[in-house]
Amino acid sequence: MASISLRNVKKTYGKNAVVHGLDLDIESGEFIVILGPSGCGKSTLLRMIVGLEEISEGEILIDGTVVNRLEPRQRACAMVFQNYALYPHMTVAENIGYALKVAGVSRSERDRRVREVARALAIEAFLDRKPSALSGGQRQRVAMGRAMIREPRVFLFDEPLSNLDAKLRIAMRAEIRRLHRKLGTTSVFVTHDQNEAMTLADRIVVMNGGKVEQVGTPAEIYHRPATRFVAGFLGSPAMNLMEGEIEPDGTFVQDATRRLRLSQQAGHAFPGGRAVLGVRAEAARLVAPGRPDALPAIVDFIEELGASRIVHVDFDGLSFAVATSDNPALIPGDRVGIEIDPRDIHLYDSATGERLEPVTARQTVHP
Amino acid sequence: MEKRVTFSTTAIGLLFAAPMLLLIFVFFYWPSAQALYWAFTLEQPWGGGNRWVGFSNFRQLLEDPIYWQSVTRSFVFGISSTAISMGMALILALLTDRELAGHRLYRSVFIWPYAIAAPALGLAFRFILAPEAGLLSVINRVWPDLWNPALDGKDAMIAVIIAFSWKYIGYNFIFFLSALQGIPRALIEAAAIDGAGPMRRIRDIQLPLLTPTLFFLLIINITESFQDSFGIVDVMTQGGPARATELMVYKIYFDGFKGLDYSGAAAQSILLMLLVILLTIFQFRFIERRVHYK
Repeated sequence: MASISLRNVKKTYGKNAVVHGLDLDIESGEFIVILGPSGCGKSTLLRMIVGLEEISEGEILIDGTVVNRLEPRQRACAMVFQNYALYPHMTVAENIGYALKVAGVSRSERDRRVREVARALAIEAFLDRKPSALSGGQRQRVAMGRAMIREPRVFLFDEPLSNLDAKLRIAMRAEIRRLHRKLGTTSVFVTHDQNEAMTLADRIVVMNGGKVEQVGTPAEIYHRPATRFVAGFLGSPAMNLMEGEIEPDGTFVQDATRRLRLSQQAGHAFPGGRAVLGVRAEAARLVAPGRPDALPAIVDFIEELGASRIVHVDFDGLSFAVATSDNPALIPGDRVGIEIDPRDIHLYDSATGERLEPVTARQTVHP
Repeated sequence: MEKRVTFSTTAIGLLFAAPMLLLIFVFFYWPSAQALYWAFTLEQPWGGGNRWVGFSNFRQLLEDPIYWQSVTRSFVFGISSTAISMGMALILALLTDRELAGHRLYRSVFIWPYAIAAPALGLAFRFILAPEAGLLSVINRVWPDLWNPALDGKDAMIAVIIAFSWKYIGYNFIFFLSALQGIPRALIEAAAIDGAGPMRRIRDIQLPLLTPTLFFLLIINITESFQDSFGIVDVMTQGGPARATELMVYKIYFDGFKGLDYSGAAAQSILLMLLVILLTIFQFRFIERRVHYK
C-alpha cells in the first residue's frame, strides 16, 4: 500500500503537450478511476506513474519518494494491460510466476504462491494451459494474477475491461472491487466508460485535453460537475446544456420564448453574464404546453428503457432530454412544456466553462 | 459477397499460365532433366556418343575424398557465414528495435547489399581484403604475412565467409526487425514491469517469440550459402589456394567447365539439388509447428 503524489506533471512529445501540469494526491489504499475521452492523456498519465513513459516535467512521488528516475521494476507497481499482454509462449503458471522467477524466488516458493493466487482468482484448472487456449475472461484473470503475485504497492489498470463483452465486464468489475476490498492496495484505474468509473471508484479524476477537470467521489462528480465538460461528459443521457444570458432580475434568457427563473442570488451574482445552463434529464419535468414558466418544446422521439423512458424534445434545433418514469401518451411532433426547478439548475461560465457556484449552493450531495 | 471471376474453360487458364510455365520449363525443368540424364551417362568432353553408366558417376564421387572435402568445406562455409550474418543481423535488429528513429531508412539501406550481384561484391571484397594494398594491409604492416588469402587457405576461407556474410546481414536484418516489431509492445512493457532488464527480456520474451523467424532464416541462409556463394568464390579465390575454398557449387563449375567432366559435374549438381530439397522440406514441415502467436 502506498500513496501517490503528482506534482505539476507534464508530458510533451516534441512540441506536443499531452499532459499539462497535473497535480493529484492519491491516498494509500484508495481506488482512483481516471475517466476521460480517448486522447485526453489518461493512459499517458498511468504509464508515467508505472515508469513506461518518461516524465517531461514535474515530479511523481510514491510513498513520499520521487520516482521520476526509477525504472519500472524499481517502482513496485503492477499493471494490467488493455490487451492483457500475456506472454504467449508461457503457460498460465509461468505467466503468473514470471516476476518471481526474475526476482530469483525458488521454484517451490514460486509454485506455492502461483497456486495461492490462482485459487483466489479461480483459475487453478488452467495453470498448464497457454494463453491462446483461454477465453477473454480467463485471460483477464491471468493478467490480474500476474499483477497480484508481486504484492505490489500500487495496482494500475489500463482499460482492462474494454475487450470483454458487456456481461463479463460487469462481472469482472464486481470482482475487481471485491479484490480491492480484500487486498486494500492503492489502485489507479483508467477508463473511458463512465459506468465503470462510477461503480468502481472511491474518487474519480475526470480528465480532458491533458488537464484535470474535476476530482471527487462519484456522487460529487455527478451532482456537482465542476465544469461544463464534466457536466456534458457524465450521465446517460448527458446533462442538457444550453447557452444564454443572465439578466439582472435573475432570469436566464435563451431566446424570446424561453426564459427561466433562477434563484434571486444568481441575478445579483452574475448580472448580464453569458452562461451555460445545465439540467439533468431526470430533473426536468414534462408538463402541458402553454403553462407560464414552462419552456415550449416539440417532441422529437422517445427512447424506451423499460423501467423509464427518455423523451427527446426539440427547442428550435437544440435537443433536450427529459427522463420520466410515467408513461406519457406522446408521439413525435406533439407540443409539450418543460418545467425545471431552479434548484436543479447548474450554471457554467460560458467563456471558461467553470461552474458558477452560488447559484446551485442549495444542491445537496448524497454521501 | 466477393465476386469472383471464373474461367469457363481450363484452356484459358492454361493460356494465361503458359508464359510462366514456359519460362520455368526452359530454365528449370529442362536443364534439370538434362543434368539428371548426364549424371547417369558418361558424356564425352566435345559431345557426341554418350554411354549409360547407371550409378557409377555417383559411386565414383562418393568414394572420392576430394569431393568429401568440398562437402565439408561447404558446411564449414555455410555454418560460419550463417552464424555470422544471423548473429550480426540479430544484434543490429535488437538495437534498432529499441530506438526506432529512422528505422525506415535502415530498412531500405540495409537491404541494398542483398541486391548487389555476387561477382561485384566479390570484387569489392577482393580489394578490401587484399593483403598488400587493402584495408587489411595494416595488419600485415604490424605482423608481416599474418594475412594473405592468396597463399593461406584459412585466410581465403575467412575472406569468402566475410564477403558472403556481409551480403546476408541486411537480408536477415529486415526479417529480424519486422519480426521484433511484430511482438506487441505491451509484452515487453509487461516484462519490464515484472522486473526483467533489457537482456533478460531479450532472452525470455523476444528470442522465444522469434523462433519461427530464426528457423526460417537458418534454412534460407544455409541453402543460399550452398548456391549463392559461387560468384563470390569465383571472383575472390577461384576455389584456391590449393582447393581451400572449393565449395560444392564451385567444384561443379570447375569440374564441368574447366575439367570438362560433364557427367561428374552433373552428378554433383544432382546431389546438391537433393540436399537443398531436403533442407526445404525440413523447413516446411518444421516451421508450421513453431509459430507461437497469431
